[in-house]
Amino acid sequence: MMVVYALYGVAALMALAPIAIALSTAPRGANAATGVVYGACLIVTLTLGVIALLSLFEYSQSPSVVTLPLGLPWLGAHFRIDALAAFFLVVVNLGGAAASLFAVGYGRHEHSPQRVLPFYPAYLAAMNIVVMADDAFSFLVSWEFMSLTSWALVVSHHQLRENLRAGYVYLLMASFGTLALLLSFGLLAGADGNYAFDTIRASHPTAALAALVLVLTVVGAGSKAGVVPLHAWLPLAHPAAPSHVSALMSGVMTKVAVYGFIRIVFDLLGPPAWWWSMVVLAVGGITAVMGVLYALMQHDLKRLLAYHTVENIGIIYIGLGLALAFKAEGMPLAAALALTAGLFHVFNHSVFKSLLFFGAGAVLNATGERDMEHLGGLIHRMPQTAFVFLVGCAAISALPPLNGFVSEWLTFQAILLSPQLPSWGLKFLVPAVGALLALSAALAAACFVKAFGVSFLGRARTPAAANAKETDSNSLAAMYFLAALCLVAGIVPSFFIDALAPVTKSLVGVSMPHQAGVEWLSIVPIAESRSSYNGLLVFIFVLLSGSIAAFAIHRLASDKLRRGPAWDCGYPDPSPATQYTASSFAQPIRRVYGTTVFHAREIGEMPPPGATAPARLTVELRDLIWDAAYAPVAGAIGYAAEKLNSLQFLTIRQYLSLVFTALVLLLLVLAIWQ
Amino acid sequence: MIRDFALQGLQMLVVLLLSPLLTGFVRKVKARLLRRQGPPLLQPYLDLIRLLRKDVVLAENASWLFRVTPYIVVAGTWVAASLVPTFASGLLFSWSADLIAIIALLGSARFFLALAGLDVGTSFGGIGSSREVMIASLAEPAMLMIVFTLALIAGSTQLSTMAAYMVSGEGGLRVSLGLALLALIIVAIAENARVPVDNPATHLELTMVHEAMVLEYSGRHLALIELSAALKLLLYISLVGCLFAPWGIAGPDSSLQALAVGVVIYIAKLALGGLLLAVFETAIAKMRVFRVPAFLGAALMLGLLATLLMFVSRSL
Repeated sequence: MMVVYALYGVAALMALAPIAIALSTAPRGANAATGVVYGACLIVTLTLGVIALLSLFEYSQSPSVVTLPLGLPWLGAHFRIDALAAFFLVVVNLGGAAASLFAVGYGRHEHSPQRVLPFYPAYLAAMNIVVMADDAFSFLVSWEFMSLTSWALVVSHHQLRENLRAGYVYLLMASFGTLALLLSFGLLAGADGNYAFDTIRASHPTAALAALVLVLTVVGAGSKAGVVPLHAWLPLAHPAAPSHVSALMSGVMTKVAVYGFIRIVFDLLGPPAWWWSMVVLAVGGITAVMGVLYALMQHDLKRLLAYHTVENIGIIYIGLGLALAFKAEGMPLAAALALTAGLFHVFNHSVFKSLLFFGAGAVLNATGERDMEHLGGLIHRMPQTAFVFLVGCAAISALPPLNGFVSEWLTFQAILLSPQLPSWGLKFLVPAVGALLALSAALAAACFVKAFGVSFLGRARTPAAANAKETDSNSLAAMYFLAALCLVAGIVPSFFIDALAPVTKSLVGVSMPHQAGVEWLSIVPIAESRSSYNGLLVFIFVLLSGSIAAFAIHRLASDKLRRGPAWDCGYPDPSPATQYTASSFAQPIRRVYGTTVFHAREIGEMPPPGATAPARLTVELRDLIWDAAYAPVAGAIGYAAEKLNSLQFLTIRQYLSLVFTALVLLLLVLAIWQ
Repeated sequence: MIRDFALQGLQMLVVLLLSPLLTGFVRKVKARLLRRQGPPLLQPYLDLIRLLRKDVVLAENASWLFRVTPYIVVAGTWVAASLVPTFASGLLFSWSADLIAIIALLGSARFFLALAGLDVGTSFGGIGSSREVMIASLAEPAMLMIVFTLALIAGSTQLSTMAAYMVSGEGGLRVSLGLALLALIIVAIAENARVPVDNPATHLELTMVHEAMVLEYSGRHLALIELSAALKLLLYISLVGCLFAPWGIAGPDSSLQALAVGVVIYIAKLALGGLLLAVFETAIAKMRVFRVPAFLGAALMLGLLATLLMFVSRSL
């Protein structure tokens, strides 16, 4: 029954799209339309979220199923909410609700609301149906619908050339990903065309076929999720959209892609072979480190956040890869731990990445700048935004007691169980992936010191930053809500882990031990003597000892304070240009990692003594992945198109002979084949 | 229960009160090795009291974050240091954070300190912060690889369990333990901003990392930051002590006598650690900043190798 209610919600969202067109094109109605559409989206997504939560807790034993007479006539459209779908519906609608609340305020600043408003509810609806779809046809149609609506939102600010290019690259990569998924479902369904997931689940593909499906799924779902090297579109497209949509794309849509991966690999494909996890782990490890290194080199705030999504997808894939390995080797408890870690990170990342994109949106609104080199000192002008953005930065850098740390901690605990895996490939790969994970966690902290420090701290670098105004209350409410969620999920993770139990149970057979009953609300993945963590106590301890120190010092020693000019070793310079910039902050890291990963080169131009010309320092970075994978393909396609161009201007006789030759050739092939 | 609380409280006090003494001791030994008289042993306490009494001079541009950071840093470091078994293991709250969480707590402290370095908007703060995060980006993964190795040997990331396992001698002597010890020492030197990575005594602009980051702090804020630096040094020596020389740590529910013995042995371990550190620092020259990655990269590789050995064979 739940699925029917959920479909009503989706229908309501779809109905909002034409209403939005009507409202936003009405003369002087744009402002009202913004409030109405986003308000309605907020209500619907909240309802859908409640439905999803209810199905996760109450109805997870018996999935709720419905078949509608839509789509392929002999198939119909199957929809189903099981534990996995319910969890991802929670993620989608939580992100959707937060984005809608944020947009009630943020959307008022939109120049052309008629380009955003109609697609926004449709996009939300599309993400919901992808998760609910229970046959390959509806899945692919809604997947493509999700791609197209998000594409429309990416190019909504089409006056900027770079946004158009972003939209173009996105469209190409999205079609490529869908093509891979189409092939993978085609292989799964077999020659008879059994597109319903139930039949696919019951049939067991051969090992070779399963391997092919795995690779196609890694490519297809991975291109949407942004795994390296298929990530190229993501840092272009995510920042190009309006900020609440960026938050949805980064925080939620990548998770829908992860859902697609889990659905196919853990659910439909049957029992895994041990080497599948090798593929997933290697992809995850490389994605995590490359994502954060790319992010460190950016000085565009939203692009930095988008690259950071790539890193977090890597972390999620590491969790999923470990789960696959444990599942294949018959260690269900360990698999449940690893899967919980991955899924918990899915939830956490959707929360703090949305929060950070909202913060970036608020900054963009207040200053008109995305470039961190033009910001600075915003903590004075936008204190509340700065505070919630700081919470998001701390959470994504995996600092205790916030939520990012818990999921990374669980992943580390899962890695520590993996020496028991019998296969040698994994014995070598898992420690290396562990090192990559540790490296990416440390680099993430560096990256967010840079992001927060350069944009919000220091002195304002431009008048726009110096005159910024605090953002509106709706946007702030959405950000405070997500920041609170970061803290709650960090200090009482037991409840969140327990909520994931039905999901892991349905995918690997067992779930992690019940956590909410452990004393003091600790989390104990395996046994207390082995490892335990208590976010609540750590939080209380830090809070208490900090307050005791503050209280004692102010009471017993001195509480006097005076303001003076900065010391700066005696040479303070009043010009804000003397501060560290985003690029200079990243310089040490660029020198350590960038010389190999990006072929970074610093070219210094010194004018001769006496000349008054300024000295210059230019930094050259090369995107080796683009150069190696994308540029040759683009070049080859361009070359082929150039060569085939002459085919456009043939006479009718030539066309006919072309068709005839093609027919003969095909018949020949068929004859030889048989 | 009351006894457990008292012991946990005692641990918190012991680390807080001993840490300036350890710093003073290291300074004294270093001075004596250079044939200088050196400051009195208790000088760090006097410095702290002097700083605490002074007014804070805050840069005009400093935000609330700059003022809150010293308290966050000292709280994070203090809590982390109290969770490491010093004279007794299995304390009341020892299970609330394992070794990974302790490392992450120190990471939080550093995160805020690096932000504070950027807050005033001076170039020295920036240089300090950016170099500190560069060093941390190598030291932290190296530390995690060490944790992996030790956790795989002891079958736990819980420090009390690890210490108990190490003292039982079941682990025996292993190649990976040796590699992990070496890596841990390198990481400890880097994390505490000691020679050859950084120099805690310098105020020469081009050579400082940690000191540049906290350049704008004064008065009670500076006192707290100095105290947390001292606490961190004590934490790392205690960590090496409880993992690689776990003898003499009083177990849970031991008698008062055993606890007293534990305290004495702990102080002896700290003294030995401080002595070795001072000798090492005196014997070696500071590195250029961009030599540090190679130094820390070695620690990372050693840690990775040790972990790999644990994955390949249970006995290496």
